[in-house]
Amino acid sequence: MTSARPKIATCSLAGCFGCHMSLLDIDEKLFELVERVEFDRSPLTDIKRCGPCDIGIVEGGVCNAENVHVLKEFRKNCRILVATGACAITGGIPSWRNNVDLWDCFQEVYHYGLGLEGGQIPNDPELPLPFDKVHPINEVVRVDYFLPGCPPPAEAIWKFLSDLIAGREPKLDQAMLRYD
Amino acid sequence: MPDMSSPENSCDLPGIVARWGGDAANLVQILREVQEACGTIPPEAVDPLARLLNVPRVRIESTASFYAFFHTGPGCAYTLLFSDNIIDHMAGKAGLKQYVCEKLWVEPGKRSEDGLVYVGDTADIGLADQAPALLVNGHAVPSLDKTRLDLIAELIRARKPLAEWPPMLFEIPDQIRKAGPLTGEAFAPGAALRRTLARGAEATLAELETSNLRGRGGAGFKTAIKWASCRNAASGARYVVCNADEGEPGTFKDRVLLNSHADLVFEGMTVCARVIGARRGFLYLRGEYKNLFEKLQTVLARRRETGLLGESILGEAGFDFDIEIHLGAGAYICGEESALIESLEGKPGKPRNRPPFPDRRGYRDQPTVLNNVETFACAAKIAEQGGAWFAAIGTPQSTGSKLMSVSGDCRRPGVYEYPFGVTARQVLIDCGAENAYAVQVSGPSGMCISFREFDRRLCFEDLASAGAFMVFSRQRDMFEVARNFTHFFAHESCGFCTPCRVGTSLLRNIMDKLAAGKGSVYDMNEMQRIMHILRGMAHCGLGHTAANPVVQTMEKFPDAYEKRLKKLDFEPAFDLDGALATARLITGRDDAWAHLADD
Repeated sequence: MTSARPKIATCSLAGCFGCHMSLLDIDEKLFELVERVEFDRSPLTDIKRCGPCDIGIVEGGVCNAENVHVLKEFRKNCRILVATGACAITGGIPSWRNNVDLWDCFQEVYHYGLGLEGGQIPNDPELPLPFDKVHPINEVVRVDYFLPGCPPPAEAIWKFLSDLIAGREPKLDQAMLRYD
Repeated sequence: MPDMSSPENSCDLPGIVARWGGDAANLVQILREVQEACGTIPPEAVDPLARLLNVPRVRIESTASFYAFFHTGPGCAYTLLFSDNIIDHMAGKAGLKQYVCEKLWVEPGKRSEDGLVYVGDTADIGLADQAPALLVNGHAVPSLDKTRLDLIAELIRARKPLAEWPPMLFEIPDQIRKAGPLTGEAFAPGAALRRTLARGAEATLAELETSNLRGRGGAGFKTAIKWASCRNAASGARYVVCNADEGEPGTFKDRVLLNSHADLVFEGMTVCARVIGARRGFLYLRGEYKNLFEKLQTVLARRRETGLLGESILGEAGFDFDIEIHLGAGAYICGEESALIESLEGKPGKPRNRPPFPDRRGYRDQPTVLNNVETFACAAKIAEQGGAWFAAIGTPQSTGSKLMSVSGDCRRPGVYEYPFGVTARQVLIDCGAENAYAVQVSGPSGMCISFREFDRRLCFEDLASAGAFMVFSRQRDMFEVARNFTHFFAHESCGFCTPCRVGTSLLRNIMDKLAAGKGSVYDMNEMQRIMHILRGMAHCGLGHTAANPVVQTMEKFPDAYEKRLKKLDFEPAFDLDGALATARLITGRDDAWAHLADD
């Protein structure tokens, strides 16, 4: 690692924060982690913009324009970018909507959904505009590592990060590689 | 020609099941007949079939959904499937398909509203020497041009039953350009069997050993070892299976052998039956060769009448053997021997774990000899003329002759029979391919050679081949050749193992990304990585070889790839701003945040 205390940034795109929860599941090792690294942009720090980092952890796939901006910011600033969890790697559950036409999605949500009356499709520029389909992040930026699981087990995240922080090539046992 | 289009053909399920002995092992054949009668496999036929065959309904559904030629949706009076090999594309397939779609007012890949016609694609149909070609309701029509398609469109619009279509549409000449021992010499049916009976089974096996015959399907396993192993297997009913599922794109020599030298093939199977002690044999004929079905049945009937099949063959008490023809239903993977056996047993064609190999546990888990069409033809010649005669042809490790299916950029495409060891250059001279730049030997799963390698020899010592020889001239784009093959493998992966199911699709996607001008070095590295996973982890040969076309063309024709790389580092897989267009339309937005700029 370049600095004495490597910098880590994390974000959740089209995900459920389950991977972040799994990171918190390392429990008492969190103390060790915060001593060994410094957190940059992350839901854990509430820092809104990412500076130069060593490791970027991305949860979730890419479902809208804002996701692309965040992802590109991460790619630009993080030396090592890690696609974490099923959604970042394959699109995951959000990509189930890929089989539904976007028009139908909007109609269902804003016009015909149960209990809706006189609904309108919102057009505020503040709202992120959705893509036709949800994409895995490696279709938008170069990815260095893929950490599978839904979510990846806490031990896997811990082992993976410890290896990277120590400057080792990350190695996970078969048991830590989960695809569900 | 049977008429599948008339709706009055009702579906007599009990009759069909009874005709196939009420045996679920014949499920592929039963489903084929149901579909011929009803135009589809109706969902409401699943439960009655399951009852009649005494199997769970998932058995019916899994088989019905596995094969490309089976469908369970609403049927069509006419289904046109264009052969999708690169050779068909080079011969103008895309334009002709578009042309006929316009003539018929139909969108490709969509059934017409009135249920009259569907136009789609299918994997190579074994007519690369007469490309482009298509299947109409399963029957092959070669050498397509606008005139022929005008006629086809007219017949369809007039709703003429297939049986009344002009036979000249379905005529498929052999195009044997260079004959040899298999294709050029007269063969009197029974000659090999008489010699076998006179010599005895043991001595015939010895002749086969002397001949050093190796399997013609591509792998080149010694036939005598296979037969001996089956003969010596501890017990069980033994079977002879002929693999006529000639699915490797660019290969069509088995079609020619079966069309004009079927006696040689059936005689080879019967010799094998005598050697191993089998009473039943199967010819597994790919569905694309349905036009040969009736003709082959006639040959079998004649052989029965003349005492060459049936009970007490040639008067020899106890020598009982007969052959059934099973038709495939559009699955390349069924050319793999254990997948073929699964299909013969009425199941989806998914390769088994090997070992045990079929010589120990094949059809119904009994000892089974499974050989290629050409191998059985060779075996018949060896039984007739002796092993030493055969061994004198070819090279020491590759004895005998080899049929080459030559297609692509040459003036004389067709079947060439050469002694093993012929150089690629010689074949190119003979077929009239002066501008050859590359040759795909043995199909997509085989080897791509460049013009620098034309002095290599076609034999097991150098370039092993199942017989395909696709020629590409300088004008051709070898990247597009490889891309066509990645689409083929992604379509034909049986889906059983993840490395192959996912790996072949990823390869296809990356090749499409490159084709769209969005490639980067990252993608090239990804393909290398996927290749290693496929080679190391896939369950069977399909996956092991699926990356070959990409890897070999990357190595031999790097320019074809480099000119497509947009960036050295990375390029997104899709048009980011374009993928927002629908949402912009829906919301009526056009503000800065509703767009994504290129970096």
